[in-house]
Order: sequence, then structure tokens, then C-alpha cells
Amino acid sequence: MGKYLGESVKRKEDPQMITGEAKYLDDVKLPGMLHAAILRSLYAHAKILSIDTEKAAALPGVVGVFTGKDFEDLPALPCAWQAAAGRIENNVNMPRVLEIDRATFTGAGIAVVVAEDRYIAEDALSLIEVEYEPLPTVVDAEKATQAGAPQLHENAENNIAFDWNIGDQAAVERGLAEADVVVKQRLVNQRLIPTPIDTRGAIAQYTPASEEYTLWLTSQTPHIMRLLITAFVLGIPETKMRVIAPKIGGGFGTKISLYPEYCLMAALAKKVGQPVKWVETRQENYVATSHGRDHVTTFEVGAKHDGSITGLNVKTYANLGGILSTIGPGTPTTLYGRILSGAYKIPNLACQVLGVYTNTGMTDAYRGAGRPEATYLLERAIDLVADAVGMDPAEIRRKNFIQPEDFPYEPANNMLNGLKYDSGNYEIALDRALEMVDYEGFRQQQEKARQEGRYLGLGLSSYVEICGAAPSAWIGLPGEGWGAAMWESANIRVQLTGKATLTVGSQAQGQGHETTMAQIVADVLGIPVDDVNVQQGDTLGTPFGYGTYASRSAAVGGIAAHNSAQQIKEKARKLGAHMLEASETDVVYEDGKVFVKGSPDNAKTFAEIAGAAALAYDLPEGMEPFLDDVSYYDPPECTYPFGTHICLVEIDGDTGHVDVKRYIAVDDIGQVINPMIVDGQLHGGIAQGVAQALWEGAVYSENGQLASGSLMDYSVPRAENLPNFEMDRTVTLSPTNPLGVKGVGEAGTIASTAAAANAVMDALAPLGIKHLDMPLTAQKIWQAIQEANGGGD
Amino acid sequence: MHPPKFDYYRAHSVSEAISLMQHHGQAKFLAGGHSLIPALNIRLSDPGVLIDIGSIDELKGILVTRDGGCRIGALTTHASIAASGDVPMALSEAAALIGDPQVRNRGTIGGNVAHVDPASDLPTVLTALHATLEVSGPTGNRSISVDECFIDIFTTAIRDSELLESIHIRSPHPGRMFNDAAGSAYAKLPNPASHYAMVGAAAVISVRDGHCDTASVAVGGLTPTARRAHAVEAALVGQMINDANLEQAAGAVQDDLGDEILDDFHASAAYRRAMAPLFVKQALEKAVLRA
Repeated sequence: MGKYLGESVKRKEDPQMITGEAKYLDDVKLPGMLHAAILRSLYAHAKILSIDTEKAAALPGVVGVFTGKDFEDLPALPCAWQAAAGRIENNVNMPRVLEIDRATFTGAGIAVVVAEDRYIAEDALSLIEVEYEPLPTVVDAEKATQAGAPQLHENAENNIAFDWNIGDQAAVERGLAEADVVVKQRLVNQRLIPTPIDTRGAIAQYTPASEEYTLWLTSQTPHIMRLLITAFVLGIPETKMRVIAPKIGGGFGTKISLYPEYCLMAALAKKVGQPVKWVETRQENYVATSHGRDHVTTFEVGAKHDGSITGLNVKTYANLGGILSTIGPGTPTTLYGRILSGAYKIPNLACQVLGVYTNTGMTDAYRGAGRPEATYLLERAIDLVADAVGMDPAEIRRKNFIQPEDFPYEPANNMLNGLKYDSGNYEIALDRALEMVDYEGFRQQQEKARQEGRYLGLGLSSYVEICGAAPSAWIGLPGEGWGAAMWESANIRVQLTGKATLTVGSQAQGQGHETTMAQIVADVLGIPVDDVNVQQGDTLGTPFGYGTYASRSAAVGGIAAHNSAQQIKEKARKLGAHMLEASETDVVYEDGKVFVKGSPDNAKTFAEIAGAAALAYDLPEGMEPFLDDVSYYDPPECTYPFGTHICLVEIDGDTGHVDVKRYIAVDDIGQVINPMIVDGQLHGGIAQGVAQALWEGAVYSENGQLASGSLMDYSVPRAENLPNFEMDRTVTLSPTNPLGVKGVGEAGTIASTAAAANAVMDALAPLGIKHLDMPLTAQKIWQAIQEANGGGD
Repeated sequence: MHPPKFDYYRAHSVSEAISLMQHHGQAKFLAGGHSLIPALNIRLSDPGVLIDIGSIDELKGILVTRDGGCRIGALTTHASIAASGDVPMALSEAAALIGDPQVRNRGTIGGNVAHVDPASDLPTVLTALHATLEVSGPTGNRSISVDECFIDIFTTAIRDSELLESIHIRSPHPGRMFNDAAGSAYAKLPNPASHYAMVGAAAVISVRDGHCDTASVAVGGLTPTARRAHAVEAALVGQMINDANLEQAAGAVQDDLGDEILDDFHASAAYRRAMAPLFVKQALEKAVLRA
């Protein structure tokens, strides 16, 4: 192990954030910059008959008012993940920069004001007169597929965008027939509003002389944004646009996608001849930025009396919203269905997902993106089976775990489409978590509490996730993936003084890459971590990359950085040999120095070698100047972090309030680069996941208005709602990459929802309550207790 | 989230504030801004003129009155009230539950009371405390008792031309400090998102020889305005203090709630109604311990 790998190096990005010096998008101010405000549809489903902009345009300070008709020449946005090939068409049922004749959800933009300041722009919005013809609405995905439901799109009969099937239906039916018990359950994985502190925004600048655009975006994927905006919407060469992603205050997946406002600002900057800025309000963020989850699922799971599972059959209605988000179809298909075997050897599996249009906001990736939904379903299923066969929830997990000798493991019925789990030892993580919680002691305490009429519950969640997306040959398959690769890039340039600049194509939004990527490079080169400066987020000066999401940056981008550093180390060793007048085969590179084996006192330091490489008047024959390298890393396999989380709750039987008493997390993410950052990632993820189980949920009225439309009505978690987390790790390296890393960005969210929900169900078990849908609010639990006790209303 | 255009005046005294208001008519007083600014930003309110009273020092601070009660300046922040030992414990307890530290450092009791959100905590407590609101207007000063002040959702008896100057709370036993004369407490069921009260209960109790001597109880959050719980008080006064009697008295709140119970997706009217006795009882229990 090197000097920095595994060390809690303090985050390099923190001083500027803590002191308020960090520059977020709203801090960017350009000379002559104008401000845009967007009018969004009042109705969730309506024809737009006419838009009168005359009064708004006449307001002093207004530069221009535009509607969809002003941008008719631009196509609808591309769909970058056309799951289930053939059913989804590019640029169809996708957002337009402004909708022209119809809106299918309340977040749809229909007009824009450009004004001298944001105040005037918002004043002018209220002067735009729109004549609507309201149309019938449907907000529930299951209902939208039923006869008589309002139809949203011509090419989607019964509002079904795709009917995606994997696994083996015949096999799963055989498996269920062999079972001693079959549990059938319907469950709702409710819609969530991701709520980053930093809302979205865009600033566009156009230079007529060179026909070049510069675009500042709150994006997790600046390179992909440039590609999609130029090649797929504006129809201009990529070389004519520079995209800059400044500091980003949280993304959680909502900032992966291409949004209409980004293209709109570029088009406006050209139209009005001045830079234009748009920053999303919180209200807009709630209606117009993508949401997460929103599944209605029915599953059947079968098991033998001994607890061994014989089959799992899943059918899910996935709510896509009124139109599609960029990778909206990929999230509830590949990222969800393929991981449904979880940590278990399930011999027979099948999954059907119907992607459904409704009059709601677009759904797309939200931290975990499909994998929390799969884990929740599976971990609820395991608990329901345990109950049905009368087995302890920990023991049934142990009984069905994939064993260490089974790796690389291929889930049954080609569920993973040829991929294999890389490595794992699920039982040791479970055992450690059980030990930390004192499982036996808790069960005794719980029994005693039950006799006193108290409701104590313990919930287990033994998860496996899929990270490190992805092998390009797999994710590139049209229908399966998104018709493009998912390698990552790194470029290291070493300056004359030996200070290194690492530029990466990934783009952090809180992950701490400026620190962890520097640790990887410093570790290989044996130089101080402060000597490595990490640059990201600007298409000018960073190599193309696919961005930061899906817990992939360490396992893909980190390996690119590692490989690049290895190339530089080897070049430095050769040059060092030349400087020492020694044979290349006789010198070694250790601790940032090159020396003849056995003679460390006569060494050339990395800085000396870097200087020689930069001055470059005395290089070995054929060697080029500078210690520079560009690497691209395409992983041979995804990575599969795992672990067991345990949540302990006590429910107040009078109010239904759930008190989270303890939370234990044992995670195995392979090699840890920075334990402090890993803990931080898990803390945030656990809070978000527990929040889904207990508090959060988007609520739409029947007519498609977002009732939970602000933070006054949408329950994000607070520190006071949660106990101190008790954390530990096991380490099972990934054999698929040289660092053995797996990824941790989403593990907390993936594991914790099921742990908290299972804890509540365990607490309510004496009342005969088997399942309640999330969020498990006090009111809902109180109601269930009333009904179980024969009361209620 | 940008407000409509408004003219801004800063008043340096109460009389200047009132004459500015007289001059501009449709203006609004700006105190901590924690209700008014969001209303402007989402364009629920467009008064055209704001009169900032934030720098009128005479409206700030807590004064212990000779009878042992207190006079709280309208611009006193929630944080100051939460930290004060001179105000009834129910009030400091409720102030400490408002929002987060930033909100408590800016938000004022006067702004809160004048805005009278039905889910707000302080009106409930002030109702139980029999507080008096001292207001100034173009024709002079007057006092309004809380019972007459809170008329409906977002509606008080304070006239648009009047400025709330202070809130006066009398000691239940003149000559003794409030917290020595009576025990008081506040309990609430917070909305999981906003943390406003879905049920709020305030109680002020004095005990003599193990029996409830006086009781003043109010509930809020679940009705359009905070209201006295006379049935609870009647059930408690004269009774021995024990768990059964407190529970029985708390249960009497059902008779105080009326027919108009607030209802939303966070908490149905049925849930709020069922929770009311629990939180009244919590408030009673805490108040008794402090009595």
C-alpha cells in the first residue's frame, strides 16, 4: 500500500467552499449579461392555443419574449438511452427548447422572457397571456395503461413507451411451482424529488465573429452536454462550443441529463447578441428538473421450507413522466432489472418493466438510479419470505447468499446479459453488522419491549450494487445501453518544477475528486498530494469523458488516472537512468526518486527528472520532452460493492412516529482511497435512503399539479431525524482493476431504504401488519395500527 | 423567486414608521422578513412599498414588568426569546422549536404574530398566556387581547395602519415572577417538511396542595386560528394532579376543537383530531412539573 491510498487526506476543495469563495454557476457574471425567466405550463395536460407576448415585450427593460414557434427549426432533444430497441425514437416525445402546441406536465416551458435583470424578466412573465385548452390527465403509471386513460402520445398506445422483458418467464414459473411457499406482494416505490441545494442553471455567450458558443452549465457531464447540444440539437460542430461546469452544489443524478433550458440559452444568446443567464428557482427545480423512482411493482417470490429461494418474478410499471428525460428509459430497465438477483443465488428470475407516460415531471436517475428500487424490492421480498417460512431474517439471507467461491458469479437466466459479479464475501459483512448491533441481545430486548406494548424493530438490508459503469461493449449495445461507450479519461502534465496537473473527463459535484484523484496520482509517483492539481469540468483543456454518476469515477476515471501515472513513472524511470548514466534495467523508482538498485543515496528526484524532461536538451535518444500522458480506461467488467445495513427503530404506538434509534452500516467497496470521504458519501446516502423510507414523497393531485411543490411540503431529511451512524467496512478487492476499487457514491442510498422499511415492518409485526408502502409517515403508521386494532376510519 | 418592484423606506422610530404608513397607504412593515419576503418572492404579495422597522431599537428586547410578567418588543427575535429566562417557559420552549438557527436569528415575535399563520407556534402559546398586544396607530395606542386578535387564517385585529409594538404578558400572581407563579409548557406535532405545527398545545398551570389551582390551555395548528381549550381547563381545575386526571382533561380537548379541522396530505383531519389529546397531555404534564 502506498503513502496516500487509504489515507483520510483533508479535502482540497473545502477551504474555498467553507469560506464562500467557491464559484457556483450563479456566481458567474459576464459583461452585458441579460437574464431569462421561463413561463411554464399552468396545466399538466393542455393544448396551447395561443400565446400573446405583446404586453410583456412592451415592459421597459424587456429585451425579447419568445415562444416555441421562435425555435421551430430546432429538433426536440435526443434520447440518449433508448432502452428496448425500436420502441423509443430519438427526438420524439422528448422536450423541445420550448413546447409549441401542447404541454404534458406542469414543468414544461412554453415561453421565455429575456430582460435586463431577473426582476423585470419575472415581472414580464405575468404579462404573457396564454390561451389553453385543458386536456384530461393521468398521473399514476398503472392507471395510465388501463382502458379509457387519457392518451399522451400517438406512438405510445396505452401510454406504454416500452415493454422490457429479461430473464426467463417459463423458468420462473417452474421455479415458483417448485416452491413450498409463494409470496405475492404489490409495492410502490414512490416518486422522489432529488433536491440538490444548488438548483440548475445555464449561461450562454455567443461570439458572432468566430461563431463560437461558451456555455456554463450545472452539469455532471460537460462533455456529453457539448456533444448533444451541438451535434443533436443546434446542428453545429462540437469545436464551436466550449462547456464549463463550475462548482456544483449537489447533483444526485439530476444534472446528468440534457435539459431544454441549456439549448434555449445558447439559442437566445445568438438571437439577442448578448450573454443570457438563467438560474432555476426552487419551484422550477421541483416541477422541471427530473424526479426519481416512481415504480408500481407486483412480484412473486417462491421458497422451500428451508428458506431457499426458488424463483422471483417481477412486473413493474415505471412512471417516465409526460415526456422522456435523456436517459429516462435506461434507469428503470438496465439499471434496475439486471440487478434483481441481488446478493442471492436465485435460480429462476424474470422481470418485465412497462415504461409509462403520465402527466407528471420527467423521471430519471436519482442517486442509485434503479438499484435502490431493486434492492428495496428484493430486501422486502426476503423478509416476507422469511416470515412466510418462519425463518430468522438474518438466517434466510445467509442461506441464500452467493458464496465466495461462486465468484465471478453470473446471475441466472442471463439477467445481467453476460456480465458477472466481480468478487464478494457477503457473509462476513452480515456477521460484522450483526455483531455490531448485538443481534441476539436485540431480539431479547425486542421481545421484552413487545410484552410492554412497545414497538421495537430491526431491519436488515444486504445489498449488492453495480458500479463502475461500464464495459463499453456492454453498455454500448443499443437497447441494452445507450449506444455509446463509458470509458473514462485522464491526462497528466508534469510541469518543469515537478508539479503535476491531472485533467479528467469526470465532473465532481461533491464527491471530492480534487482530493481522491490527486491521492491516486501522488501515490503512484511518490510525490506530495499537494503537488497534484486536479482540473475538471471544462471541455477546453480536459479530455473527453462521460462524466460523474453511477458511482463510476473511482473505478473507471480513477483507473485512467492511475494508468496515466504509471506511464509517467516509467518514463521518469528511464530518464532518471539516463541522468544517472546507468542502465534502465539497473534503476528503480521508489518514493519519488530514481536510483540504481542498492544505492538510494545517489538518486534523482521526480522534480529533477521533470525539470530535465521539460528543458529537454539532454534526453535519451527517441524520448519526447515532458512527462505527459493521456490514458483512456475501459473497464473489462463492472464492480459490485456490497454490504449489510441494519436499522433499529422504535415506533410510538400513539402517534405512529418512527424514531430511528441506531443505524449500522458495514460496507465493502473494495480498496478505500480516502476513508473520510467514503464515510461522508455513506452518511449522505444513508440519510437520503432513510428519508425515502420514512419521510419523502412527491405528491401529485389527480389533475397533475405538484402538491409537494416546495420545501414547505416536501420532507427532506434533517440531521435531528437521524442517529450517529455506526460504520465499519470489510475489504474485498475488485479483481477487475489494478487498484481493487469498487465505488461508493450510491451505496448508502441503495442499502438504507430497505433497512429502514424492514425495521418498521419488523416493529409492526406483532400487529399482523406485513407491508405498508413508503413513505412510512407517522400518519400512515397510526392509521395502520388503528386498523390492525379494529379501529380506524 | 424575485420580488416585484417595491419602494423601500427605513423607519427610525415608531412615529416615523406610522407616518410613513399613513403616507403610503398600501405599504407593509418589514421586520425579520421571514414571512413577508417569501410571500413577495413567490409573488403572493405585491404591496409596492416596504417600511423597514428593523432598526427601531425601542422595539427590541424583553423587559420584566413590575408584576413579574414581561413586555416583549415586537422585534425581539425567536432566538432571544428561546434563550430568555424572563419569559414564560412555554414561550421560550415554543420559540426554540421554530425553524432553524438562521430563522430564529432573524424571525421576530411581532412579525410572527402579525402574520398569524394558522400552523405557527407562538399564537397558540400567547393565547394560553392571555397576552395583550400593544399597538400604535395614527390615532394613538391601544391594547388588544389575544382572544380578540386572531380572527382567521392570516387575519388579525391589528389594522393596516397600526404597528405592533410589544406583547405584554402578566404574571398569574402579581408580584411573583411568571415562572415562579405558574408552570407553562408547549408541545407540538411538527409537519415533517415545514416543521410548522400540525398540532400545537400550550398549557399554563398553577398547583396548590397537589390540586390544579388555575389552568389556561390553548391549541393551534389544527384549527384556522389558535383557540382556548376551555373544556380542558374546566376538566382540570380543582382536580388532583395525577396521570388519570391529566389524561381525562386532555381528552376533553375534543369539545374545544370545533368542526373546522385543517386537513392536508401530511395529516388528515382525523389524524390531527386523534393527536390533539396526546399533545395537550404532553403540555399539561410538562407544565405540571414546572408548576
